[in-house]
Amino acid sequence: MTTEQQSLEQEPSSTKLALSLAFAGLISGIIIISIFEATLPTITANKARELREAVFKVLPNVTSMQKLQFDNGKLRVRSEKGADEDTIYGGYGSQGQFVGYAVEGAGPGFQDTIRVLYGYLPEQRKIVGMEILESRETPGLGDKIFKDMAFVANFADLSVDPKIKAVKKGTKSAPYEIDSITGATISAKAVVRIINEARAHWEDRLPAPGNEPKLELVSKKAADEGKGDTSPTPAPGN
Amino acid sequence: MAINIKDPSAIQEMMKGLWRDNPVFVQVLGMCPMLAVTNSAINALAMGIATLFVLVGSSALVSAFKNLIPKQVRISLYIVIIATFVTVIDYTLLALVPAIHKELGAFIPLIVANCMILGRQEAFAAKHSVGFAVMDAIGMSAGFVIALFALGSVREILGNGSLFGIDLFGAGFEPWVIMILPPGGFITLGLILLFFNWVTERKARFLEQVVAAEQARG
Repeated sequence: MTTEQQSLEQEPSSTKLALSLAFAGLISGIIIISIFEATLPTITANKARELREAVFKVLPNVTSMQKLQFDNGKLRVRSEKGADEDTIYGGYGSQGQFVGYAVEGAGPGFQDTIRVLYGYLPEQRKIVGMEILESRETPGLGDKIFKDMAFVANFADLSVDPKIKAVKKGTKSAPYEIDSITGATISAKAVVRIINEARAHWEDRLPAPGNEPKLELVSKKAADEGKGDTSPTPAPGN
Repeated sequence: MAINIKDPSAIQEMMKGLWRDNPVFVQVLGMCPMLAVTNSAINALAMGIATLFVLVGSSALVSAFKNLIPKQVRISLYIVIIATFVTVIDYTLLALVPAIHKELGAFIPLIVANCMILGRQEAFAAKHSVGFAVMDAIGMSAGFVIALFALGSVREILGNGSLFGIDLFGAGFEPWVIMILPPGGFITLGLILLFFNWVTERKARFLEQVVAAEQARG
């Protein structure tokens, strides 16, 4: 009896243990939710700004952009409700004329998924710019896919026919070849593969040159105001 | 419980983390972030500061509530406290410095699993007053930052020829690529540990000689 009492004194009841853990969990949950809520607007804005900046970077001479979506066999201006997949970005010049597309692609790199955005001029069938949106490639090696300016410059004037090909550094001879990175061959090839896959995916979905969706004024205003995520007026229903 | 900063024992609690009880060089704790994110000086520094925030916050809380925390579930409670601080710093970095957050990637959430932090709660914060616990946490994280930074700068200088992204040697330098990869981390850490132990041993031998000389004279 006495030993039992002693052990009862030493050992708090399991209810008490569970309660103290539950209480700590509750407090922790509240703190985590508040920090999540507090930082969410900044984080979303950062991501939207990064993407918008990237679109303007990969498409030269572009002053406004709008989201385009492939829907029911036709590329149209993205409606508010549309899902994020199958979305690309149309870039337009100062007169509102169509310049080119910014297409996002993703695929496995050396360590984790690489997200790439590239600018494409359909009339000339050329890639004119490339930005890495997200990657966890080895710092100092794989991250040269966005830090090595010589590699990035490969994509400034790159023919897409028949297919982009990574070749050993310094041996680029054809307009569709790019100089790879010494020591980061896998990452460089991953970028090329991602772009090729995204291009194959979009090849038949893009309208013939000249028939691109027109720039809607709402989106130009939204882009100017810095609300990259705001979609233009809903596309006409069908 | 406020303590006087000039209190010599408080200063001692802080200083011991820098050299005598350095978490990395002496206790060999927290090796995962140590090896993983030290391939450049700036990453090492950011990781060190994030760890400092988590360790100081958790130590203060654990020490403040040490009498309310039931012994049987203390480890789980410590982890809950640590994980909360880690989540806070994770989102804060993502919002304020997205570029650095991108570089550190998965290693910020992994601060939870840094045994140095849990070790300090169990070994120190749970037994001392808040003031001492905070001083100890500051000292330990400062020691951790020094260690991370030492490794990070050596690896960046040799592996990339730069420090904080600034080129040091010009085009003629051929980077030792291996230093940036995991083996480089192990090699550098091994050499630094070797140096550290060598210094400690020499110091001990010197003290022994001094004592012996005094005894001989006396």
